Amino acid sequence: MKIFIPTPLRQYAGGHESVAVEAATVGGALDQLVAAYPAMKKNLYNETDELRSFINIYKGDEDIRYLQNLATPLAENDELTIVPSIAGGAGTANMTGSVAEAAEVSLSNDEVRRYSRHLIMPEFGMEGQKKLKQASVLMIGAGGLGSPLGMYLAAAGIGKIGIVDYDVVDESNLQRQLLHRTADIGKPKSASAKATINSLNPNVEVETYNVPLTSDNALQILSGYDVIADGTDNFPTRYLVNDACVMLRKPNVYGSIFRFEGQVSVFYADSENKYGIKGACYRCLYPEPPPPGLVPSCAEGGVLGVLPGIIGTMQAIETIKLIAGIGEPLINRLLLFDALKMKFRELKLRKNPHCAVCSEHPSVTTLIDYEAFCGMPAHDHIADAALTSSQTQIQTQPSTPMSMQPTNQANGEITVQQLKSRMDAGEDLFIIDVREPNEYQIVKLGGTTLIPLNTVPDNLSKIPKDREVIVHCKMGGRSAKAIEFLKSQGYTNLKNLTGGINAYATEIDKTMPTY
Amino acid sequence: MVKVTVKFFAVGRDITGSDELMLELPEGTTAGEVLIQVKQRYPAFEKVAALLVAVNLDYADTATVLYDGDELAVIPPVSGG
Repeated sequence: MKIFIPTPLRQYAGGHESVAVEAATVGGALDQLVAAYPAMKKNLYNETDELRSFINIYKGDEDIRYLQNLATPLAENDELTIVPSIAGGAGTANMTGSVAEAAEVSLSNDEVRRYSRHLIMPEFGMEGQKKLKQASVLMIGAGGLGSPLGMYLAAAGIGKIGIVDYDVVDESNLQRQLLHRTADIGKPKSASAKATINSLNPNVEVETYNVPLTSDNALQILSGYDVIADGTDNFPTRYLVNDACVMLRKPNVYGSIFRFEGQVSVFYADSENKYGIKGACYRCLYPEPPPPGLVPSCAEGGVLGVLPGIIGTMQAIETIKLIAGIGEPLINRLLLFDALKMKFRELKLRKNPHCAVCSEHPSVTTLIDYEAFCGMPAHDHIADAALTSSQTQIQTQPSTPMSMQPTNQANGEITVQQLKSRMDAGEDLFIIDVREPNEYQIVKLGGTTLIPLNTVPDNLSKIPKDREVIVHCKMGGRSAKAIEFLKSQGYTNLKNLTGGINAYATEIDKTMPTY
Repeated sequence: MVKVTVKFFAVGRDITGSDELMLELPEGTTAGEVLIQVKQRYPAFEKVAALLVAVNLDYADTATVLYDGDELAVIPPVSGG
């Protein structure tokens, strides 16, 4: 039978791709290999003559760990394949370190005490811990997902963590982004994240990139890391990270959240990855982005604070598994989590043979303009004019004018100062609030009528045509849409409250909360 | 006729206002034909260019034929982080 030797180990086996042996068991076959090439021994076995944990042996397509290990019997035409794991060097261009190096890093006595609960697990042990120490992980985003991810990776003893985030800590982040504390409000997230990680584990080297990830810098930044963990908050960056990972042949540990639901997967399109699985990439699932405004971000749609804790933690687990070379990664599997139902579902994925980036004949071979591709900016900040209400866009029939983009018409606007002085003058105003009832409960202007945007068409009888109607929402986007619609229904005397109730709270009545 | 459950996720639940839909369909109906029905019933789905569909938890394409008791999951992308 034949033993196939992976690229990084061939130098120890006379440069051969495969070696023919005759033996009754896997152990016997490896003994013959070592007898013929003694240099193989230290790469295959540890000090106590056990197979090193980062060496996987496959009989056919089955890991011998799930058969009878070294005692697994062999037949005449069986084939054995030696598969070293990632950080140990799989012979692909992107992997740092070689098998020999993996064995060379050492742990200090302090590190041994710190990581003892890893070290005493036979599946993990010193080998696994050394691989974590040697490994580097790049976190895209230090927000909801990046928080548990960064903290667990740091605690686990990853050698180097890179953090890409150019945002600053906002008060509304603290409900879920545990990397940041109340005192960090206003500081760059990358700096705040670095401080938290350093205080958790000073052994970890942290490199921060306080810049937007773009097509110009992505390949350079990503190329310095073994594993990329995507915890960004917008579609353009997700496509950028995916494409860059495919081009650099790096694993992309993906997590994404929406209100009470989350998704996790490992996109590893490199056909020579150590798992021997041709992994799907993000574009195999979603070749095209959704239209702008359809899928709300956390800032627009909200998110349960604990949810990224679950999803980001699962990303941390997958990252550590990839590095330590243990278990079965989420390659070609999409895990869906529903916090309200407390249910997990797993979908099998398949590589799209016509994928624009990861197929054999890709049409996208360099990074493109992802903001143009997605038709939206690469951040989730809500800009006043750009605000699109998810509820409205999706619940409105596409044929109605309400789905049209709002137009800014200065003459149809009323400022919060103008509104205030008219209220103070005791004018009898008709004001409609087109936000959702849960928003109305957070904060409201006095004397308004609540008609959520998507119910406006059913409530025209409540809106008089013969007098001025002032329309407001949170920031001015939805009210502009309501006004567009009302105009189409024959209303002529309409005013949009510029900046919405948030502007009123910031500029007129500072006792009112903003959200 | 075959009975099929269509499961909705994320923004799909906002569009439909529920997380599943039971359909009775003629034999031989494909996942793509069900998507067309869903879009007729909920026009906002027309806008969702990117929809991942899975039949019985397995990645599927629009040509996949549905059988009695099948579950068709319609999964739009999410971007939050």
